[in-house]
Amino acid sequence: MGKVLKYSFYDLIRSRWSYIYFLFYLALGFVLLFLNNDLSKAVITLMNIIIVLVPLIGTIFGTMYYYNSKEFTELLLAQPITRSHIFLGQYLGVAGSLSFSLALGLGIPFVAYGLLKSNAIFDFTLLLVTGVFLTLIFTALAFNIAISNENKIKGFGYAVLLWLFMAVIYDGIFLLSLIVFEEYPLDTFSMVATAFNPIDLSRTLILLKLDISALLGYTGAVFRKFFGTQIGFWISILVLTLWIVLPILRLQYKANRKDF
Amino acid sequence: MVRNLVFLTFLFVLFSGEAIADTVMVCSSCTIKSIQEGITVAKEYDTVLVKKGTYYEYNIHVDKPLTLKGENYPIIDGQKKGEILKIISDNVTIDGLFIINVGVSYTTDFAAIRVTKSENFTIQNVVLEKLFFGIYLEKSSHGTVYHNKIIGNAKDEYNSGNGIQLWYSHFVNVSHNHVQGTRDGIYLEFSDNITITKNTSTKNLRYGLHFMFSDNDVYTENTFEGNGAGVAVMFSRNIDMVNNTFKKNWGTSAYGLLLKEINDAKIRNNTFEENTVAISIEGSNRITYQNNDFVKNGWAIRVIGACYTNSFMGNNFLHNSFDVSYNSRLNDNEFRSNYWSNYTGYDLDKDGIGDVPYRPVKLFSYIANRTPETIILLRSLFMDIIDFSEKVSPVFTPDNLKDAQPLMKKRL
Repeated sequence: MGKVLKYSFYDLIRSRWSYIYFLFYLALGFVLLFLNNDLSKAVITLMNIIIVLVPLIGTIFGTMYYYNSKEFTELLLAQPITRSHIFLGQYLGVAGSLSFSLALGLGIPFVAYGLLKSNAIFDFTLLLVTGVFLTLIFTALAFNIAISNENKIKGFGYAVLLWLFMAVIYDGIFLLSLIVFEEYPLDTFSMVATAFNPIDLSRTLILLKLDISALLGYTGAVFRKFFGTQIGFWISILVLTLWIVLPILRLQYKANRKDF
Repeated sequence: MVRNLVFLTFLFVLFSGEAIADTVMVCSSCTIKSIQEGITVAKEYDTVLVKKGTYYEYNIHVDKPLTLKGENYPIIDGQKKGEILKIISDNVTIDGLFIINVGVSYTTDFAAIRVTKSENFTIQNVVLEKLFFGIYLEKSSHGTVYHNKIIGNAKDEYNSGNGIQLWYSHFVNVSHNHVQGTRDGIYLEFSDNITITKNTSTKNLRYGLHFMFSDNDVYTENTFEGNGAGVAVMFSRNIDMVNNTFKKNWGTSAYGLLLKEINDAKIRNNTFEENTVAISIEGSNRITYQNNDFVKNGWAIRVIGACYTNSFMGNNFLHNSFDVSYNSRLNDNEFRSNYWSNYTGYDLDKDGIGDVPYRPVKLFSYIANRTPETIILLRSLFMDIIDFSEKVSPVFTPDNLKDAQPLMKKRL
């Protein structure tokens, strides 16, 4: 698996798209910090961007890579390599290089503007961790979609739809159901519904840092326990990890059974 | 001859002075061993000097004008039996005592120091611990409460008392006190013309400072941090609130400042930081909010209802989750020349004033008022989209609620 991972990773690191992705974050970081020298404010803005953008890039790039490297994959399949190693290696190569671009692209400007000496370092680390989690999750989902669809156009369509659903539509349905059922106690429901969407989950992780004063205004006991203590943070991390593990397991399962 | 005359005059002044103000010593090895005895022995305008030591006394009555002064903070331990010091005479000064263990009762408001129907009192440098009520002024006017430290350990509202309480007391100056862990830090009821300055009120169960039916009061340069709610001003008129800091008042129904039925107040140069609700306003009219800073609050201003002719000018709204929330579609309040960190407009003529008006009420705040659980969708893309559409064409939020001249740069 290490060999496949290495090939995929180096292949991607040298590709144009990785550079563009990297340069985009680099420019974003520098521009944000140039416009207002305040590190913590820049972190807030970045959080808003990352939550939407990282999943989008993850899904698109994941499906794209899978379809583009299909011939290479078939070549590898002819070799005596375990199937799951091939796909896992490719997956980790894509997710790794994307995370690498993200971390480096944002890290350089922030370190240049004195991150290490400021107290925004924890927020920034959280930002990177969330970004990496989202990359891992959405690349895994993208591989799942790609492996289940032979048709490229269909695969892309599903991938974009998945992103749109997670980023926007899910919250719309969520909000509507909250309003429709407002007569009932809803705090458990809202916490569970949040856990089913990795984007929402990462958002709550960030809310915990930024808007804790507003969140504590609500009366629900479950809410209180979740947001008022460290429990919320650890549960979010745990569920995010599950969101990575489950798609990978399905990917392995599919890869082992697929007829190429 | 002249020299002799001067000397005689000096002696005369010296002796007559002594005749007016004697000092009565109280200590464990003195002839007078208890404070109550000292007060009984002392003549009017004497000083009762209490030496260092522990005195197990309660219900001490100060019934004549005198100065009760502690040396190196003598401890008066009330053994939880009741009230400790009761002043029922004019012109009394209490200075430098350490009073602990006030009795707790469900029927009587026992206080560490109670001043009843007296004038020109001074209570200063007193430390109170393990108390029920701290300093209780009833129908006492023209006094000073200065530089005291009141540390309670209140757990429940029903069996705890207030740090400093004023009831029907006027023209009192409360300054440089530190109050923590009581029910209400400072509580005013029917007390007019009170000045409250440079106090710190923290970790109180209910309010840091609480006004009820009290008019023409001023409070400046105080700090209220981590209370159930910072300051509650209710049913009062003409209150001036200047240069105060309201910090970290977190929780359900926790406010930095709660205004209820307040008219004609001025709120200037205050800082509100990280409160769940910075200012909650209900039934309050003709109030001017000027040059305040609202930083990182959940809600900067929450208007609940029936508020007319208030004006918000020159305030900084910095990174609040919600800047303003309204629960009605009616608006009679004016927002002008504030700085809003969420403002996204432009300034083409470069006069420092944004060219497009800012609408501080988001649709989401309207939704969150209706269904509080939706707060979990804060900062989601979907919410941003519907907020944007509401901004373009207001349907749910008051149409005329806008800042027509938002500042481009933060007021310093």
